[in-house]
Amino acid sequence: MSTASSGFKLGEWIFTTDHKRIGILYLIGSIAAFAVAGIMALLIRIEQAAPGPTIVSDAFTGGDQYNVWLYFHGAAMILGFLIPGLTGFAANYLLPLMIGAKDVAFPRINALSVWLFWAGIVVALLTFIVPDKPDVMWTGYPPYSVTTAGNTALYVFTVHLMGFSSILAAVNFLVTIIYMRAPGMGWNQLNMFVWSCFTALIIQLIFVPVLAAAVTLLLFDRYLGTHFFDPANGGDVLLYQNLFWFYSHPAVYVIFLPAMGIFYEIFATMAKNPIFNYKAAVYGGMCCIVLISGEVWVHHLYYSGMPDWLRIGQMVTTLLISVPVGLMTISLFGTLYKGAITFNIPMYYGTASLYLLLIGGLTGIPLAMTVMSVHLGETSFTHAHFHFIMGIFATFSVFAAVDFWFPKITGKMLNPAQGKLGFWLNFIGVNITFWPLFIIGVEGMPRRYWDYSQFPSHFAGYHKVATLGAIIVAIGMILTISNWIISAIKGEKAPDNPWGSNSLEWTHTATPPGPGNFPAPVTVDATWTPYSYKR
Amino acid sequence: MKRAVSALVLTGLGVVAGLAEAKEKVAIPDPAASWNQLWHHVLLDLFIIGIIFLAAGLYWVWKYRATRPNQIGEGPQLTKLGAIGFAVVPAFLFMADDFFLAAKGWTVWNEYRNVPRNAMEVKVTGSMWSWNFEYDNGVSTTFMVDSKEGEGLVVPVGKPVVLRMTSTDVVHSFFLPDYRVKEDLMPGRVTYLWFNPIKEGETLATCAEYCGNRHAFMWTKVKVVSQADFDTWLAKQKQGA
Repeated sequence: MSTASSGFKLGEWIFTTDHKRIGILYLIGSIAAFAVAGIMALLIRIEQAAPGPTIVSDAFTGGDQYNVWLYFHGAAMILGFLIPGLTGFAANYLLPLMIGAKDVAFPRINALSVWLFWAGIVVALLTFIVPDKPDVMWTGYPPYSVTTAGNTALYVFTVHLMGFSSILAAVNFLVTIIYMRAPGMGWNQLNMFVWSCFTALIIQLIFVPVLAAAVTLLLFDRYLGTHFFDPANGGDVLLYQNLFWFYSHPAVYVIFLPAMGIFYEIFATMAKNPIFNYKAAVYGGMCCIVLISGEVWVHHLYYSGMPDWLRIGQMVTTLLISVPVGLMTISLFGTLYKGAITFNIPMYYGTASLYLLLIGGLTGIPLAMTVMSVHLGETSFTHAHFHFIMGIFATFSVFAAVDFWFPKITGKMLNPAQGKLGFWLNFIGVNITFWPLFIIGVEGMPRRYWDYSQFPSHFAGYHKVATLGAIIVAIGMILTISNWIISAIKGEKAPDNPWGSNSLEWTHTATPPGPGNFPAPVTVDATWTPYSYKR
Repeated sequence: MKRAVSALVLTGLGVVAGLAEAKEKVAIPDPAASWNQLWHHVLLDLFIIGIIFLAAGLYWVWKYRATRPNQIGEGPQLTKLGAIGFAVVPAFLFMADDFFLAAKGWTVWNEYRNVPRNAMEVKVTGSMWSWNFEYDNGVSTTFMVDSKEGEGLVVPVGKPVVLRMTSTDVVHSFFLPDYRVKEDLMPGRVTYLWFNPIKEGETLATCAEYCGNRHAFMWTKVKVVSQADFDTWLAKQKQGA
């Protein structure tokens, strides 16, 4: 079975074990999650456009409605869109093609992963149907999540399903990368995207079980009467926060690393350049992030009553993250140096990523400093920071990936005019949305507030501007996603290698790739790399 | 010789300790002011790094655009030494900046955590959704979040205030935006923060940890009044109770 088979049969898609189709199923599910969570974001922004009830019914039930939007936005964007969009869709579709393999190591486990993911999406969507809608935010902190009338079980089961899906996918892809590379392909010849997934999936494999354990204990506390997080009976509130962030900070790198990997691929291809200082970016950058990622979680708990020595110790480790990230950034920027850059939709997103990476990364530095964070934490400064790096940089990487590999996946070209218009609206819109939030964040605007009447009246103006930005983004997103759908159906036919890339998925497969991926077994020699363009 | 050295060291330490003692007597630090100063240093630091990278990136994007079809990039193939240099030198530069920021941050952090000895203690209890403040003499006032009834936190000007905080139900956070400080409140633990109210006036404290339906309304007044007014107020509260 392959994406190239003639005619559409639903059963073939549901029971597929082809990594390309599974990748596409991941893409459809994650874009669906993105769309619903995006609508939640719009509701959140419209509500905040003015102090007092804007679209919620009244001051007393307003919080209940708004908190459900916030919960779904956060949980669905991270668990349903970013992680499955990058390590589900992109990794599934591209890894076997990039390493010259026929499929993943365990195709049926791969099918199970995508089923679990879809089940997770369905359970998450139940939020809108059940009467006791979950309102525990994506963090689910007890005691609130234990005592709330909202349905914490839906949150826990969403995490379980997505988590098992991630763990299975991680094992599957790690084995695939280690054992199924084309004969002759050494570790230093791998695509940057392969390396970024390899490192991200190691993090995924180590840390997801911790999150699964934390939310399971939460489930027991809520429904079985245990007291893991109940201090009145010998439990500890902070235990959950530590377990949660012990996973959830590394989860940031599960998103960040593949996002960087995608931009590396686009830069190298569009600039027709080798990766600048490949080994420094891979070993000094990605591998070091794996090593440090588990020792920085306390920066989410700088004002949570943690011991002072931990707050200071992890300030140092958190700041040191700038070393591997800095090496990767230099390598990414350096890949453009003396290149021959072609501009098209993926490269538009690539160019924007330079700026987004800097804004998102640098605004993380004050938040890494314990004392700075004690004021800036939990304000809209923090909110704008992680939206720049996670919300926009990573989301743009998914968009760039779809746009870049669209000809490969569908055999069609995108409509460039619509794609570029969509890009500009997205890019301008996110800046209009999040810069005002940086400013009022420094002045003390807290996160997760739907009303802010107690604050100076000029906050309302900033919130209005931010809401205007969100509406611009919404139009941009509609243009972008409708471009994919329309072009997939009736776009211009794509040539086999429209970008002139040197990577295996472009040079050695049909467009779109047929069953078994490669018409003939692939071997590479010691001089081959995906980035050695003939001078 | 050994003895002389140790005597010298001890004297030195004594002098330093004495100076520190003297310094504490004269001036109580103002963490909010230190925070503002550090914030400007950090912003400058970020601005410099950001401008260098952004200028290089945008300039290269513009300068190295392809001028003819099928053009191939001429990016450098680094020698072994070049590769190591481009990894080690930036790594040390980044580390230097990290340690510089960490040291600066730690210095101000020490101000945040070392409560001045003459600080007035107030017990703060957060609940869904009210703030309770309990003073040394047993006076306890509650600020109701829904009705906005209650005195809020009243403190005398010029005297550092340390808040010993806990919660009766879920996690809350006592956030004083004007004093650049917050700390969470939770059941089963007592946390603290201190601030230095250097001028009279009314400001607000607001909850910064998600606590359900009324989270956005969970704020309270913080009134800084003269010592005389504070004494009168406290006496009146005591009588009322």
